[in-house]
Amino acid sequence: MEDFKPVLLEAVGVPNGHTLASYLARGGYAPLKRLLTEKKPADVVELVKASGLRGRGGAGFSTGLKWTFLPKDHTGPIYLCINADESEPGTFNNRILMEDDPHQVIEGIILSAFATRASTAYIYLRYEYPRSWDRLQAAIDEAYAGGYLGPNIQGSGFSLDIYLHRGAAAYICGEETGLIESLEGKRAWPRIKPPFPAVEGLFKQPTVVNNIETMACVAQIARRGVEWFRSIGVPADPKNPRDPGSYGPKLYCLSGHVEKPGCYEAPLGITVRELVDRFGGGVWKGRRAKAAIPGGISMGLLTEAEFDTPLDFSGPSKVGCLGLGTAAVVVLDETVSMIDFLHNSCRFFAHESCGQCTPCREGTSWSLRMLERIKQGKGRLVDLDLLLEIGNTMGMMPGSTICGLADGAAWPIKNAIKKFHGEFADFIRRTNPDGWMVTEPVPALAILGSHASERLHERKKQNTSRF
Amino acid sequence: MPTVIVDGKDIQIGADERLNCIEAARRAGAEIPHYCWHPGLSVVASCRMCLIETGSRDAATGKVSMMPKLVPACQTPAKDGTVIVTASDLVKDSRARVEEALLIDHPIDCPICDKAGECLLQDYHFEHGQSERRADIHPFTSRRRDVGPTVTLFVDRCIMCTRCVRFAREVAGTSELMVINRGATEEIDVFPGFPLENKLAGNVVDLCPVGALGDKDFLYQQRVWFLKREANVCGGCAAGCSIHTEHNQDTIYRLKPRENPHVNQWWICDEGRYGWHHVHDPSRVLEAGRRLDAHSRAATAADASGFNAVEWADVVTRLRSDLKTASPAAGRLAVAVSPMLTVEEAWMLCAIAKSIDPQAYLAVGFVPRSEADETFPGGFTIRAEKCPNRLGVEAVIALFDHPGHTWTDLLEHVQAGHADAAWITAGYPTAPPHSPWIDTATAAAFEGLKCLVVQDLFDSPLFALATWRLPAAGFAERAGTWVNIAMRAQSFKQAIRPPAGVWPEGRLYWNMLGRLGLYDPTAVRRQIAESSASLAALAGDMPATGVDLRIHQLVSADSIHTKATPSHS
Ligand SMILES: Cc1cc2nc3c(=O)[nH]c(=O)nc-3n(C[C@H](O)[C@H](O)[C@H](O)COP(=O)(O)O)c2cc1C
Ligand code: SF4
Ligand code: SF4
Ligand code: SF4
Ligand code: FES
Repeated sequence: MEDFKPVLLEAVGVPNGHTLASYLARGGYAPLKRLLTEKKPADVVELVKASGLRGRGGAGFSTGLKWTFLPKDHTGPIYLCINADESEPGTFNNRILMEDDPHQVIEGIILSAFATRASTAYIYLRYEYPRSWDRLQAAIDEAYAGGYLGPNIQGSGFSLDIYLHRGAAAYICGEETGLIESLEGKRAWPRIKPPFPAVEGLFKQPTVVNNIETMACVAQIARRGVEWFRSIGVPADPKNPRDPGSYGPKLYCLSGHVEKPGCYEAPLGITVRELVDRFGGGVWKGRRAKAAIPGGISMGLLTEAEFDTPLDFSGPSKVGCLGLGTAAVVVLDETVSMIDFLHNSCRFFAHESCGQCTPCREGTSWSLRMLERIKQGKGRLVDLDLLLEIGNTMGMMPGSTICGLADGAAWPIKNAIKKFHGEFADFIRRTNPDGWMVTEPVPALAILGSHASERLHERKKQNTSRF
Repeated sequence: MPTVIVDGKDIQIGADERLNCIEAARRAGAEIPHYCWHPGLSVVASCRMCLIETGSRDAATGKVSMMPKLVPACQTPAKDGTVIVTASDLVKDSRARVEEALLIDHPIDCPICDKAGECLLQDYHFEHGQSERRADIHPFTSRRRDVGPTVTLFVDRCIMCTRCVRFAREVAGTSELMVINRGATEEIDVFPGFPLENKLAGNVVDLCPVGALGDKDFLYQQRVWFLKREANVCGGCAAGCSIHTEHNQDTIYRLKPRENPHVNQWWICDEGRYGWHHVHDPSRVLEAGRRLDAHSRAATAADASGFNAVEWADVVTRLRSDLKTASPAAGRLAVAVSPMLTVEEAWMLCAIAKSIDPQAYLAVGFVPRSEADETFPGGFTIRAEKCPNRLGVEAVIALFDHPGHTWTDLLEHVQAGHADAAWITAGYPTAPPHSPWIDTATAAAFEGLKCLVVQDLFDSPLFALATWRLPAAGFAERAGTWVNIAMRAQSFKQAIRPPAGVWPEGRLYWNMLGRLGLYDPTAVRRQIAESSASLAALAGDMPATGVDLRIHQLVSADSIHTKATPSHS
């Protein structure tokens, strides 16, 4: 760990590190020619499978395994979609990679396309990344000019086109089937599965969706080998046959109340505390930490006491969080009100819910409105039970929604209420001393519709309603 | 045969049937509530009302293993060994929560909502909801938004099932409707300047499980619980869509499609849907009358058009004698058998004609047509032939006469002087301001006949020449059988009584044939079936979805899947 040198971020700080010349000078694109000419696609799949690489987009699914789900004898096109929608709050590692070392990403894409037998790849870029757009497009142009993209790459016979597609800024476009819908020019409403994208995805063809950082990892595995990759991180737990391990370097996005926020590369499995102290320069202003989100807000909440949790793929779930997610760690110092935190989280998900599934659409909005009321000093203790119930019943995991956004919305609610119940209850008792146990019935509906007859309108105005 | 286990009960399904768990459970009598799923639309599995527990039973060991999560029944195929649990506590809780969620922002303005009484949100709430409202949120107001010439949207009543959006996209192919905004602020809308305006638009109102989409034609006209429904067939075109006529006190309020896999699936077109207003048009012919002759010109009862009202009992006898007197020689009577008549009415009319003149000239009446059939992306076809029973009438005529005489043939026949008397049946829905189905020039062919009987719904130039002016019945006032363009015969009962003073054709013909009692179309149909190989399939009880006359055998009701479908699909 002490001698760990950044690999994925090696170009950071290198003058003109984003250019083809710099990338070539660092040994980039060297493995590409060899693999494309000497190996078969299946060999590259095996290589990535053997490395134990798990997707960096949030779910941590084994990348090589995902590729094997593609139909073996498909005659039509296969598509590779690269997920650069990066909208998880606190997450910005994809941006660093695209801005500072776009060729590393492109090399990974070429190798992954070769492995998946795709001849077209789309990069779905979130709207708010104009600089990534410029750098990526420039790099793609350079790669075409240098014979790394287009027909017959480096004389290997393999051809690939990459299209850079800019989204219109919606969190849900990062969900893989939402991304596919959006690429097809539709509203990004996630699709029901099955069929999974590997069988029927973009334009009804087999499709693989992978994250930008996953691509960078593929490029590094090709350059440095499986052994190197597996030497980093947390090996599989021999006592848990379902744990595939957490191998390789990882980009951690550290932000919030630390002295030095930033994107740091570390072996998988670093703890929150190490991250904050070694990289982040400690909690800011000499304060103490109160909590942290482990990997994007969707993953839930760690208390300060849980800061020794290793940030590998299975660590956060051991302390009641959803998982590693995007490894975006946001630190909250002791002055932060958990009510504000949860309100902010609920506001995000209520705003970003695509609105398809009833439990997610209404659950995110209901929880937000409850928190708004609590913040206004009109909370009731029963609200906490309701919030917990919403958190426990909304999401893909209990089976009540189509995509994982609802789980992501539920975890902060569950964690905040469970881990900080006292703070919520105290706040409600303090701000609503007379009403904290009141559950007032909802007043009968006021008929205000424009279709109601004038007479009803009048009666309402004069307040002579019979009700 | 594949076996599905529904709430512990084994149910056999067809080997090549592709059912989802909702359909499979329905076979076992278990109703799984659902909003977004509709058999005629793509599956989106978004409302999450249909969540159930599933698992599979191992064929060899009989061991059942259940899935840990709830799954949407609409999206889950029922296969051999599929275990479906529709009423566990987990399932019930989940339904109650979905109901609760849907009601958070719902205006619940049932007292002024057209859907009340047939609203899935209401029904499911009573069955699956919880009695107490836990959300302390003031519901939205109930905003109304115009989305098209025939359909209006009560924005806040919408539960976002997207059935309407999918219909416009998948079945009509016009895609006018869309979802705007995100999350709980989502609404259904149209793009400015592109209203919901297609020939199938009205179906979205039927599809809407709640009162969000309203039919302007029906809006605030009648509470649905006052309506009675009769299974009918649409007379708008030769497709012969199965419909329900919904009426109260002999007044039609709306027509609804009736599911028929062989004909119209779940849909009807707007022309048919709104094509009932003529039945209640005040300008209908409401009285039987005979033209004043020179001798009785003094009679005061004559109305302005020169007809003298005649009691129906007298019509029955005098009509026959008039025609007989006018055409004493064989072959001098010409009859136009309208394609608006039922098979039974047509058969009785032909029988009467032949009893007056054994060589009477029988032709299919005027067949209204539009330019061409119109097929929609979802497969629904509106036929160019704008009458319901040309094929049925042709088949009937073939039993009595040379087949194949058309209306044009009849016009030529009369014009060539081959007839002394003619009986023209019509009954086309050409209420004013539509122009009559026949113009003065064409009608002139019938000038100079000794006797002209015209039986029609509305005034036309023919009445100026007619000896007898007889009213016709509207489609919902008839009973009998129509044969559609695909040779499917569908029988239906009378839905409403005709206006006072009007005898539907069937009743008049029945009496003119001297038959006793009330007109009994079933008896006539059986009689026709006995006397004819081509119409033999009409002999049995007619299934609700009709029989295919091209299959010259009795089609037993259970060989077609005419399972009772609940009113909400
Ligand atoms: C609501 C939601 C938002 C997501 N946003 C992103 C995103 O911005 N970027 C991303 O790479 N993956 C995102 N994902 C995960 C993707 O669905 C998908 O798992 C991932 O792109 C797969 O790539 P990987 O296997 O390389 O990790 C999101 C998932 C959900 C449920
Ligand atoms: S879970 Fe939420 S975001 Fe995902 S599809 Fe359903 S409504 Fe949309
Ligand atoms: S849609 Fe249903 S629940 Fe809503 S107001 Fe209308 S009848 Fe009532
Ligand atoms: S308007 Fe009706 S059919 Fe359309 S989405 Fe809303 S509830 Fe469903
Ligand atoms: S989710 Fe199955 S019917 Fe809506």
